[in-house]
Amino acid sequence: MANLSMTVNGKAVTATVDPRTLLVQFLRENLRLTGTHVGCDTSQCGACVVHLDGKAVKACTTLALSCEGASVTTIEGLANGGALHPMQEAFREHHGLQCGFCTPGMIMAAVDIVNRRGNHLDEKTIREDLDGNICRCTGYHNIVKAIAAGAEAMAGGSTKDREPPRQAAE
Amino acid sequence: MYAFNYHRPATARQAASLLAKKEDAKLLAGGHTLLPTMKQRLASPGALVDLSSCADLKGIARKGRNLVIGAMTTHAEVASSPEVQQAIPALAYLASHIGDPHVRHRGTIGGSVANNDPAADYPAALLALGATVVTNKRKLPADEFFSGLYETALDEGEIIIKVSFPVASKAGYAKFRNPASRYALVGVFVAKRGSEVAVAIIGAGEGGVFRWPEAEAALKARFAVKSLDGLKHTAKGINGDIHADAEYRAHLIGVMAKQAVAQATGK
Repeated sequence: MANLSMTVNGKAVTATVDPRTLLVQFLRENLRLTGTHVGCDTSQCGACVVHLDGKAVKACTTLALSCEGASVTTIEGLANGGALHPMQEAFREHHGLQCGFCTPGMIMAAVDIVNRRGNHLDEKTIREDLDGNICRCTGYHNIVKAIAAGAEAMAGGSTKDREPPRQAAE
Repeated sequence: MYAFNYHRPATARQAASLLAKKEDAKLLAGGHTLLPTMKQRLASPGALVDLSSCADLKGIARKGRNLVIGAMTTHAEVASSPEVQQAIPALAYLASHIGDPHVRHRGTIGGSVANNDPAADYPAALLALGATVVTNKRKLPADEFFSGLYETALDEGEIIIKVSFPVASKAGYAKFRNPASRYALVGVFVAKRGSEVAVAIIGAGEGGVFRWPEAEAALKARFAVKSLDGLKHTAKGINGDIHADAEYRAHLIGVMAKQAVAQATGK
């Protein structure tokens, strides 16, 4: 067993963990933050994406102990009290989900895209940067629309009454 | 995963001494190959030496005619580095197309090179650019470093510190990705340094990364896409699997080589 301390969603946490503990296990089982999902468990589907020191990573392929001293943000850390984060609001507004299983990872990936590429995203950029996130319900049309709108909203605009980006045939 | 002891040294020297303690330790870089392998119980090291806190293994610097990249520098850092984009844009392009954005935030050049997966992208760049792998013990030219599928010249206890790339006058990289897994079926890196031309291929070789001398000779005569017209790589020595047979991969080598030259020449 080894001691671990990190900051999760702005709060300092400490624990004693088996070195085998993955970051996603630590979040879900130790901290009971079950918004971060385990989909494939083989670093492909992106349901487990969280931000580690501000960068999107797959929490199923990161040891909790590797995050000693780091700052982690999960889907639970996005909303401000009762008010959804603009990206969450955009997914709700544009129906960017069906079963919702991939959604936490999609939203964390989406915020990461905005952090890296800014608030004005074209469809091609969004689709390419969703390479590491898989949705098995709907296809990606509404997810892409939601991310474009959410990105704009993060700059201070509204997610409503916005023209969705032109769609390519899937 | 089977149980293991965990160490997180602060320097490469500390990592080397932990590795020498013989508890069947393995180095952990970005972990995107090793951890999935351990989850499947295909690897069960007695200890992991996590290099993520070794500041001396990180960073990108231009040193004279070389671009030097620390072993623990992530793909995302290489892809977005102004130094890399300016010195060897094809290398930044290559790094920006490894895996997906989340993988690129964790995966490292040292880990990729040490693992020498036959479908990994970096080995093509190292071989074509004539890079040198600097370890805690010696300097290894790329053509001596890669020695077969998942095999390298690294000894037990040897740690990659950095990779030094001579700056090429022209370079390009093109790969054909499996549409599902996104791994390279074939990737071709071409580089021109002075009068020398190198063409290195990943994804296709039965023995891992390899060079294509016929294409190099053709491009040495004239470094242009047209020089590769009619040139076909043999299917002999090319691997075939459910994703692509050897004939198809051999064909893709020619196609990707042309795309790489087009990128290198800006045409």
